[in-house]
Amino acid sequence: MNLGEKMTLQKNLKNILLVIFTTLILSACSTAKKSGDIDGDVYTGKETVEYLASGVPDRVFFATNKSSLTTASRATLRKQATFLRKNKDLNVTIEGHADERGTREYNLALGERRANAARDYLMTYGISGKRISVISYGKEKPVNPKSSPISWSQNRRSVTVKVN
Amino acid sequence: MKKFVLILISSLIFISKAYALIQVDITRGNLDPLPIAVSPLHVDPKSEKQEDLNVRELGEEISKIIEKNFKNTGLFNPLKKEAFVQKPDIAHLKPRFEDWRLIKAQALVTGKLLVNKDKLKVEFRLWDLTAAKEMVALAFTTTPSNWRRVAHIISDKIYERLTGEEGYFDTRIIYVAESGPKNQRVKKLAIMDQDGSNTKYLTLGNELVLTPRFNPTNQMVTYMSYFRNMPRVYLLDIETGTQEVVGNFPGMTFAPRFSPDGKKIIMSFAKDGNSDIYTMDLNSRVVERITEHSSIDTSPSFSPDGKFIAFNSDRSGLQQIYVMRSDGSNVKRVTFGKGIYGTPVWSPRGDLIAFTKMHKGRFYIGVMRVDGTGERLLTENYYQEAPSWSPNGRVLVFYRETKAGEKGEGFSAKLWSIDITGYNERRLSTKTDASDPSWSSLLSK
Repeated sequence: MNLGEKMTLQKNLKNILLVIFTTLILSACSTAKKSGDIDGDVYTGKETVEYLASGVPDRVFFATNKSSLTTASRATLRKQATFLRKNKDLNVTIEGHADERGTREYNLALGERRANAARDYLMTYGISGKRISVISYGKEKPVNPKSSPISWSQNRRSVTVKVN
Repeated sequence: MKKFVLILISSLIFISKAYALIQVDITRGNLDPLPIAVSPLHVDPKSEKQEDLNVRELGEEISKIIEKNFKNTGLFNPLKKEAFVQKPDIAHLKPRFEDWRLIKAQALVTGKLLVNKDKLKVEFRLWDLTAAKEMVALAFTTTPSNWRRVAHIISDKIYERLTGEEGYFDTRIIYVAESGPKNQRVKKLAIMDQDGSNTKYLTLGNELVLTPRFNPTNQMVTYMSYFRNMPRVYLLDIETGTQEVVGNFPGMTFAPRFSPDGKKIIMSFAKDGNSDIYTMDLNSRVVERITEHSSIDTSPSFSPDGKFIAFNSDRSGLQQIYVMRSDGSNVKRVTFGKGIYGTPVWSPRGDLIAFTKMHKGRFYIGVMRVDGTGERLLTENYYQEAPSWSPNGRVLVFYRETKAGEKGEGFSAKLWSIDITGYNERRLSTKTDASDPSWSSLLSK
């Protein structure tokens, strides 16, 4: 086997592995989709989502006990930032929420941290912090009252609400 | 509440010497509750009629409250009145001990009352039937409308005499009364006697209210309210109804509690995604920052000597319990068990910290020594949290929620209590759903 052949083989192998890998991811996604729009334990569906304007979702979702933004969340917040740049007179409140499976006081702090994660991201896209207030409701205002992993994932959210 | 007049008639007090008298062993829980007979209090026929009060039944009613208090401790077994062998007035003078022993009673409570000139005069005696001795004799004078408290004070005195510990019956519980569907819950501050009677609502339900806590030295309360959509810690005088915001913080304050001397409020303040612990002195209004860490620091609770603070932090990644000096120095993590830990509450005796533990989707109420050793889980359930101590450090009250269906049906929130031995778990009756209970100190102290 000469060097050229070896390289082609490696390339082919790599491609095959890549294909297998992608298939695995896709199937993983599809099983997650089937179990109701959830990736890891971050909600990815649209069931509870409302819109600030056409194509601008009002909320992003979080993993249990986490306040980090997922790739999808960041995409949503960039849409919100674009929308807010176009509507310069509009101010918003970001409401931070937690699911019901945690102690009340910690959840108040967690909701505040989530709302601020969203606020910080909007600010890095040029939205003045003066236009964005935050409020945490902890676990006090679930959007979905059911006790199930899916509804908990829908309740772990920050929601951008127009105030004027 | 009307001022309560407690007059001890010293000539009636006989604290018997410590020989051969009955004693309730409170270290074991309710394995062998003490059989006790609570005779109806004899109502003096000279008693005057009262509006809104059936004086003739008062002696019976007071004895029923005492019986219920005792039964709820799990330490006593109040005997059925049908078996009683002596009339209340005669028994109160001097019981025929051998007759009471025949119905297997070991202790007997007797008493009499007189309502006269808008005063309620009550006296009671506790008898040791085995030793044929009087153990306690006390008399009170108060306004007739205070009759339920009389029953609780008598219960406290007997409990103290028989267990050697302070009682906890003449106390109240403040909590959040809940109503409405799960995703549109209406929450009001509510207060009731520890036995569930005299429920009063302190807010109307227009704004969300959370986590009320009693001042351990008086009847002031601190709680969190979303009044005008600004989540802040408030101070409330439940006697006058006056309230005020605690401090002037430019953001959410929450998780309030009093210091053991009642002079400070300790709480969390959240800013820019970070919650830290602060205190405010209620006299000087001086605010002090206690923790300074990029993690969430919340649910602070002072030790009863005021020297330490237990709190909840996720500085190690997930919620754990930490203890520090009250100036914020010397922070030590104390929970290392499996799962995550929240809501530390220091026992009024100082030797234990109660907590909520979450592990594999289950919730536990437990106690541990203040260095985190000796963890004992008292109760496991689908969801429960927020323990609060009875003033004698004997019983924990907490709230428990049930699982909800598709539309939130089947959801409920109730108050429960459990002895620190892990025995005698029971539901507290409340008029509505309830959460976030806090136990007052003894009212008559």
